[in-house]
Amino acid sequence: MGEKNVCCNSLSRSLPGWAVAVSVVWGVASAHAGQADPLASVMWDSVHQEVLAGQPVVFDPAVRVITAARVENTMQVPIEVEVDDSVGPVSEIVVFADHNPIPRILTYRPLSARPRIGLSFKVQEATPIRAAARTADGVWHVGGQWADAAGGGCTTPSAGQRSRAWESHLNEATYHRWPRADGSERLQVSLIHPMDTGLAPGIPAFYLTRLVLRDQDGTPLAELLPAEPVAENPLFALDLRPAQPGKTVWRLEGGDSDGNLVAASLPPSPQEGGQ
Amino acid sequence: MNWRAAWAGLALLAMTVGRAHAEPPDPVRRDYHLTARQIADGSYVVEGSTEDFSRNNGGLMVNSAFIVTDEGVIVLDTGPSRLFGEQFHALIDRTSGGKPIVQVINSHLHPDHFLGNQAFAPETLTATAETIAGISAAGEDFTTNMYRLLGNWMLDTEPVVPKTVLQAHTAVVGGHRLHYLTLAGHSDSDVALFDETTGVLYAADLVFHDRTPTTPHADIAPWLAALEALEALKFKVVVPGHGPVAQDAGPLHQTADWLRWLDGTLRQAARQGLSEAEVFRLPIPERFAALSLTRAEFERSVVHLYPALLRGQLQPSATKVE
Repeated sequence: MGEKNVCCNSLSRSLPGWAVAVSVVWGVASAHAGQADPLASVMWDSVHQEVLAGQPVVFDPAVRVITAARVENTMQVPIEVEVDDSVGPVSEIVVFADHNPIPRILTYRPLSARPRIGLSFKVQEATPIRAAARTADGVWHVGGQWADAAGGGCTTPSAGQRSRAWESHLNEATYHRWPRADGSERLQVSLIHPMDTGLAPGIPAFYLTRLVLRDQDGTPLAELLPAEPVAENPLFALDLRPAQPGKTVWRLEGGDSDGNLVAASLPPSPQEGGQ
Repeated sequence: MNWRAAWAGLALLAMTVGRAHAEPPDPVRRDYHLTARQIADGSYVVEGSTEDFSRNNGGLMVNSAFIVTDEGVIVLDTGPSRLFGEQFHALIDRTSGGKPIVQVINSHLHPDHFLGNQAFAPETLTATAETIAGISAAGEDFTTNMYRLLGNWMLDTEPVVPKTVLQAHTAVVGGHRLHYLTLAGHSDSDVALFDETTGVLYAADLVFHDRTPTTPHADIAPWLAALEALEALKFKVVVPGHGPVAQDAGPLHQTADWLRWLDGTLRQAARQGLSEAEVFRLPIPERFAALSLTRAEFERSVVHLYPALLRGQLQPSATKVE
C-alpha cells in the first residue's frame, strides 16, 4: 500500500485526487446497515473492519475532529479531537485517517482525563480524518472531517533521519502544565522521537507505542497508544483531572517499538505571575 | 513627462477603473484575459484577484508589473504558470511596441511570482542569492503543488531558476531612477522596487491589500521593519503583491495591523497552552472583515507560526532514563 500511495505524487500532476482515490478502491460495497458514512469515503467499510474490528458504530456529531481545511505540511497535520459529555463516559478514543497507508494514528484512553486530545500526524493524501469514541455499551461514536492534502507525509523520511541529532536525545521530554479554573490541568508534552513509519525507502518502522501518565502516587491519569503516523517529535495536548491540580509531580512512562523506554518526571510548571 | 497631468489622470483612473480585469480568466480556452493597467508614466500592472488559487482563476491572484523605459522593459514577477508568463510577455510586447525586455525580477521564492519564468529569456532573470537558493531547493515541490491546485493551467510549467544575482542598489534605466531594495519578512528575502521617477513602489508580497497576508515562510519582526522602511520612501502609488493598487500607505498599515494582531494572538495562545486546532477557532476582529480569506489564512498562519511559539513554552522534564 505504501508503494501505491507513493505513485500518487506523480499522478497528481495529471489527475485530480478524487479520480486516483476512486480508481484505487471500489471495495466492499456499503455494508453498514443503518447510517451512511457522512464523509462518503470509499474506504469506510475497510477501515471500519481494520481499525474498529467491525464493531457497532454510530456516526455522531458529538465527536468532533478539528483540523486545517487545507494541509500544507503533510508531515505535521494538527488535529484536535473532542467528545461532548452528552456521549457519556468514554473508555477509548481511536483517531484514524481512511486513506493513510497505516490508518490508525493513535488510541487514547482518557481514564480520568477529559475525552479530548490534540496532536499532529503525517498524512499521505487527501483523506477523511476520524475519531471513534467507545462508550460503556461498546458502541463506537464516530465523527470526522475531510482534509485536503498534497500528499507524501507517510512515505517521506523524518527530518531526524537526515540529521540524526535525535539519537543522543531519544525519548527526552519537554512539557508545560497549565492548571485551569475548572479544576482540570492542560498538559502539553513533547518527546524527541523520529516516529518513522517504515514506508520511506530503507528506513525501518521506529515509533513510540505506549505512554502512560501517572500521578505522584502511581494512579494512571491517561494512557496513549501512538502508531506510526503520529508526527515526528510528537506534541500531545491533554486535559487531565488529577486529584490535586497543580500540586503533584506527574510521571510519564512508556516506550517505543525498539524497546527504548520513556521515563520523565513532570513537576508542576511555574505559572506566569499576574498575567 | 508631464507630472501633474499624469497624476491627475492616475487619480481619475483609480477612481473609475477599480478592479482591472475586463474579463475573468477562461479555464476552457486557458486564456487569462490579461490587461495592463497604466498606473504612471510607462508603468503598468496586471492585477490579480484577491481570491485563493483555483482552477477557475488559473492562479491569477497575484500582481505582476512592468516598466517601459527608453532602454527597454523591466518586469517584476512572472506569475503562476508558463501559460501566464507567455500571455504576460505578449501583453508586454503589445503595450511597449516590442521593446526588448532587459530585466526580469523574481521578488521572492513563492511559485506565483516565478513560475512564468519559462516565457522570458534566461539571461534576463534576476533574484537575490537567497531567493535563487530557495527556488532551487523548493521549486519542484512548489510546481507539483501548483499542478494540484490549478490543473490544466499549469501545462508544461517547470521551475526556471534565475542565474543573475540581484543585490540592493540604485540605477538609472531609461530615465527611471530605480531603487532595488532587498528586505525580508514575508520570506527570507523580499525584493521591493521603488521607481523614484514615477513615485511608484512595487512592494511585492511585503504588502497585501484587502487580502489577508500569507505566512508560509514569514518572520513577523523583520516584516514589520520592512514595512516601516517602505513607508519612509514617500511613494505616490503602491503596487501590493496581492490586492488593488493604492495611492497611499493604507495597504502598508493594513498589512502591519494584521501581522501585529496575528503575532500577539499566537503568543497569547501559546502562553495559555492552547493546541493548534484550538487556536484555529479564536475570534478574528471585525476590523479585518475587509480582507479576503481571513479565516483560511489565519488557519494557515497558525500552522506556519504557532508550533514554534508553543514549543517555546515547554521546559525539559526533570529526569530521563535511557
